[in-house]
Amino acid sequence: MIETLLQGVLLGGLYTLFALGQSLMFGVMRLTNTAQGDFIVLAAFAVIAAQAGVGGSAWLAVLAVLPLAFAGGYALQRFVLNGTLGKDPLPSLVVTFGLAVVIQNLLLQLFSADPRSIETGGFNIQGLQLGESLSVGALPLAILGVALAATAALQWLFGATSLGRAFRAVSDDAEIAGLMGLDARKLYALATAIAFVLIAIAGALQGMRTTVAPSDGPLLLLFAFEAVIIGGMGSFWGTLAGAMILGITQQIGFRLDPGWGIWFGHIVFLAVLVLRPQGLFPKTR
Amino acid sequence: MMASNYSVQRATPLSHAAGAVGALLVLVAASLPFWGESSWMREFVEIGCYFIFAMMWNLLAGYGGMVSIGQQAFFGFGGYVMLMLGNFAGINPFVAVVLGALAAGLVAVPVSFVAFRLSGGYFAIGTWVIAEVFRLSFANVSAVGGGSGTTLTALRGIERATRESVTYWMALGCVVAAIALVYLFLRGKRGLALLAIRDNEVAAESQGIAVRQTKLAVYVVAAFGAGLAGALYFVGNLRISPDAAFSVNWSAFAIFMVVIGGIGRIEGPIVGALVFWALNKFFSDYGTWYLLGLGLLAIVVTLFFRQGLWGYAQQRWGWSLFPTQRRLVLMPDATATAARRPLPAAQHTDLTLHPSHAKHQ
Repeated sequence: MIETLLQGVLLGGLYTLFALGQSLMFGVMRLTNTAQGDFIVLAAFAVIAAQAGVGGSAWLAVLAVLPLAFAGGYALQRFVLNGTLGKDPLPSLVVTFGLAVVIQNLLLQLFSADPRSIETGGFNIQGLQLGESLSVGALPLAILGVALAATAALQWLFGATSLGRAFRAVSDDAEIAGLMGLDARKLYALATAIAFVLIAIAGALQGMRTTVAPSDGPLLLLFAFEAVIIGGMGSFWGTLAGAMILGITQQIGFRLDPGWGIWFGHIVFLAVLVLRPQGLFPKTR
Repeated sequence: MMASNYSVQRATPLSHAAGAVGALLVLVAASLPFWGESSWMREFVEIGCYFIFAMMWNLLAGYGGMVSIGQQAFFGFGGYVMLMLGNFAGINPFVAVVLGALAAGLVAVPVSFVAFRLSGGYFAIGTWVIAEVFRLSFANVSAVGGGSGTTLTALRGIERATRESVTYWMALGCVVAAIALVYLFLRGKRGLALLAIRDNEVAAESQGIAVRQTKLAVYVVAAFGAGLAGALYFVGNLRISPDAAFSVNWSAFAIFMVVIGGIGRIEGPIVGALVFWALNKFFSDYGTWYLLGLGLLAIVVTLFFRQGLWGYAQQRWGWSLFPTQRRLVLMPDATATAARRPLPAAQHTDLTLHPSHAKHQ
């Protein structure tokens, strides 16, 4: 039982990283990125390609991909997604959904449908012995650490810096914020850039922990989305908690019957939606 | 006194002509089994299912403002119910098609209770999760073959030519019925309420429109239509599997068709389905590049050409084959009085907010 919970928390760490970018983009500009999962997969493949390019070190490859993700996210928001924002959710949904189709098929063309993983030189199979019969993987533990650090960093960014204040201002009312001298379009681009760095980190770690295939994206999107909704709007710690609940639920489900693990996670999400639609730990209305 | 000077015009000469041409086309199409090839019939059944599904997605998203990526839940559900009624209950599969569609409409009521908790972009992904729950649930039922699916055995006794002709006629009937259903729904009181809700939910409610019931009605009708498309598709296909029945591609193709043709207009999915059929015919051999192109096309159209093909034609030339608006027309005998008395109303005044003006500007 303790092992299931522990595995659930570790899985939740990964889901936190999937979800933070989604939470950030929705929080700042009410944009639902339906290509979230596909960008995670794209980032993982970018690391795989970069690894082949720089020759060997996965960490160097990740470091090379992060600035690319930042620039890509900034450009995407500035030149494409900003044009889709508005009261009508349709344009942004169609454009991000179209991007998802494009990314999936591009990866399929470039890398074939085979699942791949990022070579970490054995780090992914190292374990830490906790007591007699309990051990945890070093990589999942590191992922959990990264997730906690990323959540804390985002919370600090939003709560304690002038950039965070600007993000909150354009989120509340972009027009008034504009009158105060903030350029909402640039801030949106910056928010997406940060979200894409998180997406790249998530993709790299997913690729190290298990495998990635071009068709994996939609499922990762759904996990990210469920974590955000379970946790509630407006708080990154809420997203983390939502991801933990989802991870633990899925692990318990897998333990009961491997065929129903993900189903069980979906059901808990739907139950939260019915019983507490504002999420478990909402900060905003 | 004023009221007697005006009449409400609901049709145009073009729409009358379109109705006549449409009826003629349907008659010609109905005779196809007597002179056409069976591959044409199969093709029509397939594209007909895509079209019905897209039509219902258009009703939901373009008129109801509920953008869903999860309508495949009802598509697959309709298909599975049809198959189970045929295989296990011994009901004629062609009758079971209608029952499957009804079941999909029925299951939409409890589903809406969950889905309506979300709105906007989150509604879209939430409905996708619900569709996944449907897929995983059916994938775990061994009676219908679990994850690998099963075959519709109930049609075994029927001769192939008969089966294909009946499936074809049924598809043709369903296509006509789907257009009629959506058209009549939108022309009626509910359609007017629906447009009001889409444009401003709060304002609509303040005018006494039952927002919740109307949205539920649209959701149920759209689910019924999606279920009809699904049941029909798998009668034509004879084989069902959870991955095929609940594939998100159904919604993806529906979105593509509606966006290309023009969202929020009945002609949109018709034009979109024709474009999709043509693209599919000539380019589907290119596999991944073809799908990549479809994705890019949807993005480009959304960014730069938001009203779609038919929307463009409508704005440019005022075409409307299925007019749902009400136009106030000055009666001839009143024109003389009107000329003397300056009236605020112009000769042609849009009473309702027409889709193209209300949403896409």
